[in-house]
Amino acid sequence: MAQPLVVKKDDDLDEEEYYSPFLGIEKGAVLQEARVFHDPQLDARQCCQVITKLLYLLNQGDTFTKVEATEVFFATTKLFQSKDAGLRRMVYLMIKELSPSADEVIIVTSSLMKDMNSKTDMYRANAIRVLCRIIDSTLLTQIERYLKQAIVDKNPVVASAALVSGIYLLQTSPEVVKRWSNEVQEAVQSRSALVQFHALALLHQIRQNDRLAVSKLVTSLTRGSVRSPLAQCLLIRYTSQVIRESGANQGGDRPFFDFLESCLRNKAEMVILEAARAITELNGVTSRELTPAITVLQLFLSSSKPVLRFAAVRTLNKVASTHPLAVTNCNIDMESLISDQNRSIATLAITTLLKTGNESSVDRLMKQMTNFMSDIADEFKIVVVEAIRSLCLKFPLKYRSLMNFLSNILREEGGFEYKKAIVDSIIILIRDIPDAKESGLFHLCEFIEDCEFTYLSTQILHFLGNEGPKTSDPSKYIRYIYNRVILENATVRASAVSTLAKFGALVDSLKPRIFVLLRHCLFDGDDEVRDRATLYLKLLGGEATVGETEKDVNDFLFGSLDTPLVNLETSLRNYEPSDVPFDISSVPKETKSQPVAEKKATGKKATGSSAVSGPIPTVDASYEKLLSSIPEFADFGKLFKSSAPVELTEAETEYSVNVVKHIYDGHVVLQHFECVFLDISILQVTVLVDASEADEFLEVVSKPLKSLPYDSPGQTFVAFEKPEGVLATGKFSNVLRFIVKEVDPSSGEVEDDGVEDEYQLEDLEIVSADYMLKVGVSNFRNAWESMDPESERVDEYGLGVRESLAEAVSAVISILGMQPCEGTDVVPSNSRSHTCLLSGIFIGNVKVLVRLSFGISAPKEVAMKLAVRSDDPEISDRIHEIVANG
Amino acid sequence: MQESCPSVKNILLLDSEGKRVAVKYFSEDWPSNASKLAYEKSVFTKTLKTNARTEAEITLFDGYIVVYKFVHDLHFFVTAGDDENELIITNVLQGFADSVGLLLRGDVEKRTALENLDLVLLCIDEIVDGGIILETDSHNIAGKVATNAVDGSVPFSEQTISQALATAREHLARSLLK
Repeated sequence: MAQPLVVKKDDDLDEEEYYSPFLGIEKGAVLQEARVFHDPQLDARQCCQVITKLLYLLNQGDTFTKVEATEVFFATTKLFQSKDAGLRRMVYLMIKELSPSADEVIIVTSSLMKDMNSKTDMYRANAIRVLCRIIDSTLLTQIERYLKQAIVDKNPVVASAALVSGIYLLQTSPEVVKRWSNEVQEAVQSRSALVQFHALALLHQIRQNDRLAVSKLVTSLTRGSVRSPLAQCLLIRYTSQVIRESGANQGGDRPFFDFLESCLRNKAEMVILEAARAITELNGVTSRELTPAITVLQLFLSSSKPVLRFAAVRTLNKVASTHPLAVTNCNIDMESLISDQNRSIATLAITTLLKTGNESSVDRLMKQMTNFMSDIADEFKIVVVEAIRSLCLKFPLKYRSLMNFLSNILREEGGFEYKKAIVDSIIILIRDIPDAKESGLFHLCEFIEDCEFTYLSTQILHFLGNEGPKTSDPSKYIRYIYNRVILENATVRASAVSTLAKFGALVDSLKPRIFVLLRHCLFDGDDEVRDRATLYLKLLGGEATVGETEKDVNDFLFGSLDTPLVNLETSLRNYEPSDVPFDISSVPKETKSQPVAEKKATGKKATGSSAVSGPIPTVDASYEKLLSSIPEFADFGKLFKSSAPVELTEAETEYSVNVVKHIYDGHVVLQHFECVFLDISILQVTVLVDASEADEFLEVVSKPLKSLPYDSPGQTFVAFEKPEGVLATGKFSNVLRFIVKEVDPSSGEVEDDGVEDEYQLEDLEIVSADYMLKVGVSNFRNAWESMDPESERVDEYGLGVRESLAEAVSAVISILGMQPCEGTDVVPSNSRSHTCLLSGIFIGNVKVLVRLSFGISAPKEVAMKLAVRSDDPEISDRIHEIVANG
Repeated sequence: MQESCPSVKNILLLDSEGKRVAVKYFSEDWPSNASKLAYEKSVFTKTLKTNARTEAEITLFDGYIVVYKFVHDLHFFVTAGDDENELIITNVLQGFADSVGLLLRGDVEKRTALENLDLVLLCIDEIVDGGIILETDSHNIAGKVATNAVDGSVPFSEQTISQALATAREHLARSLLK
């Protein structure tokens, strides 16, 4: 494939040499050409060409240095002298691309303001857009008057320009834009479709934090004054927001549903789609509500436009996950989409069919899919594999044909992610469908005979070691495993050695033969392989110190490491060779919560808080190091847990303070991070913590900060003593006390006399969850069964009326502060009951496992059964106390 | 973010080898030029084998919706977040492709597009501002761009669409950088 492409490229290159007006363009030369901007007699056409060349360079990814950019900017400002309209447009574009700095902006402000008040509408619209992109808030107040007028201008282009600029400015100067409400409201009634759209978008953003105002807005607009399709789409989004937030009054007719339904009959397809999607995404949507939406989507399925088919099948696919029955009507249309030219559509169609299909249609679909798999991309194949996995769990009786399908595609070509998805699916099926075990293991063995991915080979070998010995004829797997020792790379060989050892430990009849094989491994070329073989030989032979009894041996071979690998790695790196051997129990067991994956959609960044949270160390190890380096805290013992930072101030205020709670056995240290955003210098900073509402805590140490310079964070500490072994909780009120000294703006020097000042902070609570470490277990059932049943405490609780089951589940999880296992924190929408598995380590290193069963009744009453097992029965009782008091 | 305003993440115009003719990014998802180029390359290769000449096509990858259309040796793309209304984004694409067609007087190919790059850039500027859709009607877009032709001495508001297109034609006749 690559070859012909290259040849073609050469051909084109010749042509291009002849044609491209930008061939051989060079930045330095163009910058020289830009000197014509200074000519007293401007040649508009020539200037236009030079600007185009400059824009071409920027568009191709070239960058200007600071000096070059400034030079070009100044030259460009000269062009305002020309009266030529086309040139003026290019000047506008150029200024936006250069995004000049504040002191440069001043130079063009007056020219742009003149254009803003020009008689030519096109000048006005564009000048507004450019000016609003580059000015700061002080200049903004100067032109605010003109912008307000522009919003209600009779020319729609001018009005739209002002409104769109308003949306942009709202991020930087919200207080100014919020003053324009009246004008924006007037613009919503505009006859121009786009003005209406832009005005509605801005009005909603101005009011988005005021639920009541949004609700009023929706109520008045759904009565029918919005005509533009784009504005209709916005209104649908706002309406579903209102419906979502007013979710409490269930039972009767949903408010605004009539409006959504009427939008399904709109002329514009985009509005129909938006409304249909909004209906399908309603919380707890009923099948009666779904029907009209499904009907319009079904019509879209047979459209000639790929985009329309895609949009419909994508929406139906989502619906099929929760309401498969509602979608079955579309099955015939859906089947014809399996052969769609657009592979995204075909894949979505087939996975929808898999979700809605019944047991009898499985075989037929499988057949269709076999033809289909060869010509779709890997990422779609993964979608199909996942659909098959869930289908198989739904119809366990069909495992044979589904397993066959999976093993067939496993043998075909494919990338790592795809193969991994297949292997994962087979492993899950083996776990959940006992009948599928033997055939599944056999398929996996076949696969590793010719597998190019080390990761997958080792994963399968590990799994084989756990499951293989428990099958009816374990000996038949040995050949596959030992082949790995002969044929593969060192990593796979080492893993095969471990697998052999597991067979040896569990199957007595195989033991002598395993010994022979392991002895062969002693001559391996790789250290790790030899080490493992030696270790296992001793272990199985009963000579090693690790295993006194058979149980210890099995624990060692099959037990899972309950320490997160990342933490182990850090500890090992920090370990310095000494007489004290490395102790694995000293490794922190807290799983670090994944930093919330920055959602791509979040365009706006919190300005104030991000500046503070940046430099704050979030790694536990660094906390521990820091705290133990402070003499006052040195004798507190081992740090048990550090919480995530808690904000004590509102965003975007002059002072920002957040706090981290460090929990020790008998102490609590509060570490405050302060940052000041005023141009003042503050000294002698302390956080006064009033523990009068938390009587079990006694303040022992407070470490103030000498001075806190502008915009660079500092930290203070307050330590409390608390009774050991008691679950002390309480509320602390906080005040930031400091001495303010003005900074002389001209000299930058700090003035001598300061004023004492205080700043009220929000309250901080220490809750029971602070005494719990989030530590996951890989296999909850095993872990649960290995705990002493005597320690189990079971009780039932009524949680009263809750918003939804999911809300109740997450509330209980956050009260306990434990790690949800096996993804059980996610509650499928519309389910009436749910089981949630939690694990954690309680202060004093007590392992705790919790099994929560929830049920919800029609009037949203939630009941919960709580079963706890832990290393210490007393702690099990304690957990119940937490829930009973929470 | 469901209740937010529809927004466009980027508008791309590439040639038949995936090279840039004109691009504009409105989102910070691709902070460096290298990440932009990598994105363009993957969009281009993923869509290369499809037939998007009669109707706009669509694909979903890496958490984005991409709608696209090919005309001669030019590939038009519009990207949005994956929860966006596909039809709104397609409207933007259609407005972009059609207005470029009007401005280049139907001669939609790389060579003409480069010779009239100023028109193409102004065209993108008139369609989307900072990710927010400004205008999707191709005649309106072309009208706004064309009135900016260098010698347009007629006040904008008084020009009709046909006049506007006449100016565009005249503009086309000039070779840009001779």
